[in-house]
Amino acid sequence: MEPTGPLTGAEIVCESLLKEGVDVLFGLPGGAVLPLYGALAKYPQLRHILVRHEQGASMAADGYARATGKVGVCVATSGPGATNLVTGIAGAMMDSVPMVAITGQVPRPAIGRDAFQETDVTGITLPITKHSYLVMDVADVAPAIKEAFHIARTGRPGPVLVDIPRDVLAADKTEFIWPEQVDLPGYNPPSFAHPALVSQAAELINQAEKPVIITGHGVLTSQASPELLEFAEKTQIPVVSTLLGISSFPTGHILDLGMAGMHGMAHAILAIDQADLLISLGMRFDDRVTGSLKDFAPNAKIVHVDIDPSELGKNKKADAAVAGDLKCVLQQLIPQVTPNVHIDWLRHIESLKGEHPPIQIRETEELLPQHVLRELSEATKGDSIIVTGVGQHQMWAAQFCAFQEPNTLITSGGHGSMGFEVPAAIGAKLGRPEKTVWSVAGDGGFQMTMCDLATAVENNIDVKFAILNNGSLGMVYQLQDLFFDKDYFATVYTGNPDFVKLAEAYGITGIRVNEQSQVADAIQQAMEVPGPVIIDFVVKEIDNVYPMIPSGQSAKQMLEESTPKRIDY
Amino acid sequence: MSQNGHQHTLVALVQDRPGVLTRVASMFRRRGYNIASLAVGKSEQLGLSRMTVVVNGDEDTVSQVTKQLDKLIEVIHVSNISNEETVVRELALIKVSSATANRGEIIQIVNLFRANIVDVGSQSMVIEITGEEDKIQALYNLLEPFGILEMLRTGRIAMVRGQSDGRVSDSIGIDLYGAGNGHGEIRAV
Ligand SMILES: Cc1ncc(C[n+]2csc(CCOP(=O)(O)OP(=O)(O)O)c2C)c(N)n1
Ligand SMILES: [Mg+2]
Repeated sequence: MEPTGPLTGAEIVCESLLKEGVDVLFGLPGGAVLPLYGALAKYPQLRHILVRHEQGASMAADGYARATGKVGVCVATSGPGATNLVTGIAGAMMDSVPMVAITGQVPRPAIGRDAFQETDVTGITLPITKHSYLVMDVADVAPAIKEAFHIARTGRPGPVLVDIPRDVLAADKTEFIWPEQVDLPGYNPPSFAHPALVSQAAELINQAEKPVIITGHGVLTSQASPELLEFAEKTQIPVVSTLLGISSFPTGHILDLGMAGMHGMAHAILAIDQADLLISLGMRFDDRVTGSLKDFAPNAKIVHVDIDPSELGKNKKADAAVAGDLKCVLQQLIPQVTPNVHIDWLRHIESLKGEHPPIQIRETEELLPQHVLRELSEATKGDSIIVTGVGQHQMWAAQFCAFQEPNTLITSGGHGSMGFEVPAAIGAKLGRPEKTVWSVAGDGGFQMTMCDLATAVENNIDVKFAILNNGSLGMVYQLQDLFFDKDYFATVYTGNPDFVKLAEAYGITGIRVNEQSQVADAIQQAMEVPGPVIIDFVVKEIDNVYPMIPSGQSAKQMLEESTPKRIDY
Repeated sequence: MSQNGHQHTLVALVQDRPGVLTRVASMFRRRGYNIASLAVGKSEQLGLSRMTVVVNGDEDTVSQVTKQLDKLIEVIHVSNISNEETVVRELALIKVSSATANRGEIIQIVNLFRANIVDVGSQSMVIEITGEEDKIQALYNLLEPFGILEMLRTGRIAMVRGQSDGRVSDSIGIDLYGAGNGHGEIRAV
């Protein structure tokens, strides 16, 4: 229904959100943004999820966006509300997630006077947003929101912040004019790439004897999984993924080599080390993937395809650098590449797998996080969405879980924000209600954002929380174990709450698991109970995550063995 | 004028909006690029400004700077004109200490440089000079013995020469999607 008659700034925001197809937003009100909440109350089509902490709002918007490919929206008031969004916005920037953050600002006459709850939020977020707006005129509200969504979702996606002073939101009734198109002369994201560059890439691909594909988040954001599959199958080139590339290519496919990087699979790391061509698709040669840049893929020529030209040559020089949208570029490439079997190379990689068996679990009576993730993968058959925190549990989830469908692993990669596991899972479930959503949580990360359990309960958002409770900041403990003389300072939690009682306190089901034998049943039970469930997997022995390439090193320094330690907490 | 050592001259056409300069400066700071000078003012087009940025660094760095600048939403076009025929100017105001006794000598130097005296006081004179950086530096060196009280410089502005086709700076492409090969090469199109 089109609005009739003039509207306030806040109503214009709501109408604009409807125009952009928004159905859910995450936020928490305060004085400066209150006129917007006044309007939201009259727009039930815009489902507002009231969070307990604004970091939860930005991270839920992130999880929603990654799960759906749509723009995630979060709302906060000025000052502390806006600054609480920051970690979630930074994460969306690092991982190229489409997000629009709307913040209230103090009224225009108060700006610059250090008014109550005045924070220069466009200033604070300048380096962690793709773009931002401070809307100083009610006539600019609709164009700013239209541009914000356009910028957030197109090209290399990212977060855009729209800061609106209270008196603009409350401004006198104005006619709502939805611009026909955006006016952004300096913003022209590419689609198809220059044919000469595509041919150059095709030639390198057709000549290669030991090629490897490495995928990044760009494959997912450009929805290029079908093209990737066709390309890999036609050329018979094995596919390695970065952490964020996981789920762009089906786990278990004959060409799938799993994850590379600091905790990647040994055979994947060695394949890159020995390759004569690395086809890098929508990835940015992040240091967690490459370790020492000069020793990464030392024998390989590089084909690099990215939608953001500034990624080409930023960290690693390419022999064919192709700026374009991956889906388009793969469509251009597929007819130009010749079917090839690379039979010796594929056999060699098989033998690498034999010599370095992928992810094994050591013999023990104790319950290990790896047992949980193996069972979880069995139970979900790659059909659930897995959202993780950051740390050991994240790496084991990436190593052990199978993924069959794009965007089914949701994890904070570039920013590595602990606490992501709770709100991002809530956002993912709201975006994909038909999917089972598992939050694979660390006890550390979970406690950073567990306030938003209440949000899940209140809105009956059916997320299953699997806390891999090792009573420690396990990943940092591992670093101390390996590189800081086993000086385990400030990494053991001795006062964790009883997570089962916590579940009860929120009125939801809590299950404790101490034994390997209980894991499968607990997972099954959690999936049968409607609504949120917490499983507290109590892990008493802490392993390090292997394989591991220590920071800044290369495949040659890969560590593969495991030394368990008993942890007392 | 070709590039001066490791200095590169970029000309950017940008939307004249609040915060554009902050975005540019913030990008330079956060990525650790080294700006030698930055000058900005209105262009011939309504609502658009033109910036001249002088950056220090090797070819790879300047290629990154160019792409990162171009990535800013409000930046419409960036040209690396370091290897082009250009007109380069800077303006400086120099306040030099002068008494009646040495005024004539200073005037002679100023005339030699075709600079202007724009203010004369009992203790000082203000000299305005326009030219390339070298010329300004040369005048500065000659005036230094008299005692320099104050100096202000605008930073470099640069424009490609019109040649026979009346070309403009914006026609000097950074070819982000075509011929650039990620090796830091920026080609004119
Ligand atoms: C917000 C934040 N603070 C600190 C860190 C550094 N850090 C990385 S992993 C980690 C430990 C995480 O502990 P937990 O969530 O229990 O997961 P575990 O490694 O034990 O599986 C820490 C502290 C981080 N990534 N994010
Ligand atoms: Mg832990």
